[in-house]
Amino acid sequence: MRRNRFGNRLKSKMAADALIISTCTLVNALGRGAQACFDALEQTRGELRPCDFGDADIDTWIGRVDGLEDAPVVAGLSSFDCRNNRLAQLALRQDTFAERVAEARGRYGAARVGVFVGTSTSGVLQAELAYRHRDPVSGALPADFSYLGTQNAMSPAEFTRQFLSLEGPVMSVSTACSSSAKVFASAYRHIKAGLCDAAVVGGVDSLCFSTLYGFSSLGLVSDRPCRPWDAERSGMNIGEGAGFAVLEKWHGDAPGIALLGYGESSDAYHMSSPHPEGAGAAAAMASALTMAGITADAVDYINLHGTGTRANDASEDRAVMQVFGSGTTCTATKGWTGHTLGAAGVTEILFALGSIERDFIPGTMNSEHLDPALSADVLLQNRSAPVNCVLSNSFGFGGSNCSLLLGAVS
Amino acid sequence: MNFFHVDALGLAGPGMASWQDSLAVLAGKGTYQGGDCPRRTSTLLPANERRRVPASARMALQVAEEAMARSTLDIDSVCSVFATCHGDAEIINKICVALAEPERSVSPTQFHNSVHNAAAGYWAIAAHSPMPSTTVSAYHASFVAGLMEAVAQLRVEARPVLLVAYDYPAPDPLAASVGAYLPFAVAMVLTPDATPQSTRLGIETVSQQPVQGMHCGELERLRVSNPAACGLPLLRVLASGASGRVLLPHVNGLQLAVNVETG
Repeated sequence: MRRNRFGNRLKSKMAADALIISTCTLVNALGRGAQACFDALEQTRGELRPCDFGDADIDTWIGRVDGLEDAPVVAGLSSFDCRNNRLAQLALRQDTFAERVAEARGRYGAARVGVFVGTSTSGVLQAELAYRHRDPVSGALPADFSYLGTQNAMSPAEFTRQFLSLEGPVMSVSTACSSSAKVFASAYRHIKAGLCDAAVVGGVDSLCFSTLYGFSSLGLVSDRPCRPWDAERSGMNIGEGAGFAVLEKWHGDAPGIALLGYGESSDAYHMSSPHPEGAGAAAAMASALTMAGITADAVDYINLHGTGTRANDASEDRAVMQVFGSGTTCTATKGWTGHTLGAAGVTEILFALGSIERDFIPGTMNSEHLDPALSADVLLQNRSAPVNCVLSNSFGFGGSNCSLLLGAVS
Repeated sequence: MNFFHVDALGLAGPGMASWQDSLAVLAGKGTYQGGDCPRRTSTLLPANERRRVPASARMALQVAEEAMARSTLDIDSVCSVFATCHGDAEIINKICVALAEPERSVSPTQFHNSVHNAAAGYWAIAAHSPMPSTTVSAYHASFVAGLMEAVAQLRVEARPVLLVAYDYPAPDPLAASVGAYLPFAVAMVLTPDATPQSTRLGIETVSQQPVQGMHCGELERLRVSNPAACGLPLLRVLASGASGRVLLPHVNGLQLAVNVETG
């Protein structure tokens, strides 16, 4: 039986309210499957590489998933075939995830299991490639370009729903880099409102030219492996990834890992720059704590959004100071995987799940000399420690903030 | 059934300048002429942001401002749910064109405007609102998915929600893939409890029942072609001032039944 440091109050609250992550899967540069990713974290194997994506000519590093070029989606869903849905499919095939979902479908009925998938750019790569092959006379896109199946924001959610044979409420959440954190909040609400009984939540984003050249145009990509919180940090690296989880009611019969709370807010400041004082980020973290009914000292560590850009890290640092002070351990995992954008939220909350399961905290890969201007207690090397409760931050363009709080319940 | 209240609405579409302006046409009491989609400049967005806001977000802000102006609630006290199927296809088109050129020079402003939640980001700035906001998408049922998310928020967070559904036409060559449709946007201020001017609604999911269309051919074409307009049958009942029940199609045979209770 897992330790529980939350005390009786949380135990009684959770018995009535908890939604647990009953199964999950992950694919990103670290590996195929959640356990493979947790192994890489535990064994300190980061997997960034110099950018070798297509003919992209940008001096940066990326977190790339190998083998997608040779792994088309299943025959019945070929109109969805694109890099993004191949990545989704690869994740859905790991960790016996599809089998566990089939069991949930049997328990609840296909119409009572919802699907909530976050993505930022969906399959826009397919459109980018189609534009390279426009008809020289008419300008028309190639006839085989499947807009709804690939580029449209709903594509990965509908692909996932059909791949898993689910019939419940389905939606895509697309709020840039907070997308697949916010799906946990949406799924929680749909279940609590009785619109479904369980949910497949997840996120998928894959490498494309829009994000490589777009973030580069903003001066936000680094020509080195990214170094969150480092004094010399010089920007982010783009990665790709997919992650899924089943969220369902906890019956209290066995220890579980539960979504204890979430917090959402808007910066109302700027479309692509974070609020300099981190006001929105602080509000999101505080809301998550309030919802869970716990105080900051119950959080074992914070998985920072931590992109490695000068402004993002400075803003988040101020936000952490406002809510937690300097006494809470923090880590940033984007130096391991790259910033998987719309998949970052689910990727990092599942890293937190692995951390709770295995009692270790991943360090901040690549960072060496912490910025003296920043105050958060950022962990550089992996640490073995009891972990029961983790807060994970995801912030995106448009000032969209989401913090998730995950904890062991028993 | 999940019950809630609608406090105020805003609307923009072909020949429809506002919710008030569209009541007779929606209720089937006037002849629908169609026409241009009247544009009003945002009065809330700072001038520097107003210059940058893309067309789809401008239309979303227009109906959001209209609904909040008619609402009994403070503008910075409501959460928001934005629903759009296609996002801003003009911006995506410009980026894809740039990426197909040898220089691949993507405009930073176009890049940040390309996010699906661009309208939500501009709305938060316009309303000076730190309240939570989300942006959802669900093909032709994007309005329905947005309404379900909004109602789930009303139930669980017990706070008012501004729902804004909008879709703006795509330019060539994307239009051939996206489909042709006219611009449409609707905003609804939804509350968990009654307000002095509100109407009570209830929703539940059902399956495999026939959905209703619109009485007029032009409005029916708008309903089936623009995903933001898939809630037109609900707007028809609300505009009529009578009670009623409508079935709105979701994805894959699922439907959302919406009851309107007046008096």
